[in-house]
Amino acid sequence: MTDTYAQTVVSTGRRGSKPARPASDRRQRRTSRVFLYLAMSVFAVIFMFPLVFMFVSSLKPDAQILQDVDSIAAFIPTGDISLDNYFGVFDRVPVAQFLFNSVLVTVLTVGLGLVVNSMAGFALARLEWKGKLVVLALIIATLIVPFETIAVPMVYWVSQLPTLVIEGGMLKYDFGWLNTYEVQIVPFIANAFSIFLFTQYFSTIPKSLDEAARIDGASWFTIYRRIVVPLSGPAFATVAILTFLPAWNQYLWPLMVVQKEELRPVMVGMQYFFQLNTAWGEVMAYTSLITLPVLIVFLVFQRAFVSSIAASGVKG
Amino acid sequence: MTVTSPQRALKRARSIKGRETWAGVAMIAPAGILLILFLVIPVLLAFGLSFTNARLISPNPPRFVGADNFVRAFIADPTFAQSALNTLLFAIVVVPVQAGLGLLLAVLVNRRMRGVTAFRVIFFIPVVTSIVVVSILWKFMYQKDGLINSFIDQITFGAWEGIDWLNNPTTALPAIIVLSIWQAVGFHMIIWLSGLQTIPEELYEAARMDGASPWRQFTNVTWPGLRPTMVFVLVTITIAALGLFVQIDVMTQGGPVNSTSTIVFHAVRKGYEQQEIGYAAAISLIFFVAVLIIALIQRRITRDKD
Repeated sequence: MTDTYAQTVVSTGRRGSKPARPASDRRQRRTSRVFLYLAMSVFAVIFMFPLVFMFVSSLKPDAQILQDVDSIAAFIPTGDISLDNYFGVFDRVPVAQFLFNSVLVTVLTVGLGLVVNSMAGFALARLEWKGKLVVLALIIATLIVPFETIAVPMVYWVSQLPTLVIEGGMLKYDFGWLNTYEVQIVPFIANAFSIFLFTQYFSTIPKSLDEAARIDGASWFTIYRRIVVPLSGPAFATVAILTFLPAWNQYLWPLMVVQKEELRPVMVGMQYFFQLNTAWGEVMAYTSLITLPVLIVFLVFQRAFVSSIAASGVKG
Repeated sequence: MTVTSPQRALKRARSIKGRETWAGVAMIAPAGILLILFLVIPVLLAFGLSFTNARLISPNPPRFVGADNFVRAFIADPTFAQSALNTLLFAIVVVPVQAGLGLLLAVLVNRRMRGVTAFRVIFFIPVVTSIVVVSILWKFMYQKDGLINSFIDQITFGAWEGIDWLNNPTTALPAIIVLSIWQAVGFHMIIWLSGLQTIPEELYEAARMDGASPWRQFTNVTWPGLRPTMVFVLVTITIAALGLFVQIDVMTQGGPVNSTSTIVFHAVRKGYEQQEIGYAAAISLIFFVAVLIIALIQRRITRDKD
């Protein structure tokens, strides 16, 4: 496997090329180019077919979905096409509520995360204070804790946390974060990796800007807000994108801590479709509905998406 | 202009320093407190609970039981052993295949050609699709009369019997491996791609001038240049693979006969569904230590090769 792609890399003259190439060389380049497009197209089909199948099936009645599986018709919107499955979905589950919950949780997690983590990054990158290096080391150390390992103990932990509730017009003190919005948001605001990315980016901005502002009497918070934040658009975009996907896709956590239907996010709402006989047409309509918003966001910002993923890997 | 005494200047400098410390602590406090509350404490809690018989909802306070939970995991719980084995098997296949395929895709799309960006976007689409959605979709396609069987039937001209992929203990885990690779390989393609683009073009020019064959250019220029990227890719895939949960929960619930149960799935089943938090914490702790050891070994091996 390795040597075929090594050859294609070079034989197509990936970057720059020698001045004059003989005709045979050019012909060879053309054939390898055709081969490349062919290979990429095969992969494109592999990566696309399940999603095309999903969108197309969401428009068909159940009987026809099962029938069409035997032919290419599975990928073509033909026959009895309608939006009936989508209406069925709205009848079966409170989709609007689920979507609202997911949007709320995602926006607040990402938004508050940008503020909290960028401030932490500022403190680590641009301020001198006692214990900074220890804190930085600790934050990097937390990167190796996979969420899955603490998920179950954390259910126990949040069920003991104090909270304020409004009961009969009175503000009361109570225990237990289960079945709330905050339990879906607050634990995911601070993020060690986001702090790390902000710290790295902020240290590339010249420190002389801070000194000039200090002489003019600016407070550190003003320097953060007026100088560093406006200069760090790419870092904010990267962190927003990297935290957006996991927030929207949350599954394990809300599954365990949110039993109230009216507070559940879209991914957990999936469960309502697998009782008794599964109506696959409706399942496909629901999955299409919750995939489309993310897909649109991705296609609009695909350049930023790709460069933020790349940025996350560069640290090596 | 006033002349300040050295003492006063020192005092002033100290107070500026003090203010800076104060500002630094204040600005890191929100993130710091949240990390302590929702990361440090849960880790310590996992550690503490793993030596108790704590239950999720129980009138009795947790009681210290020593190493009982660990003994139980290693000796008296065959499902745990099976889950550990399945998780390991999954990782052993997924890590090299996903990393290799990601590199192949990265090399394919790392060139200036018309339409290459479109291909990058297409390869990346499964990554932005939720793993829950992906699991449901593939569960549907893996049915006995589903798309996968019908496709194999077509290309073998009807010789294919058809398998109930997810209900067969020998095919269930491989089926989940395939869709897991399919879903995440685009992510690693992008990481590899960023690694490829850090290799300076001059190195290739120099190698060509020395008459290096394409293969030698790959082994002597591309591959060494990708080493830091490789470490990152391998470690991230390994950690993700060992945490396998959603696919199992959505597609098989660990079945048939525990052939797809994983460590995290087992911990959730014990701790959440059966409310045995203490035992689940012990499993989580074992898992954490395993992840740590594997990640450290990986870093060491990949570094030493240099």
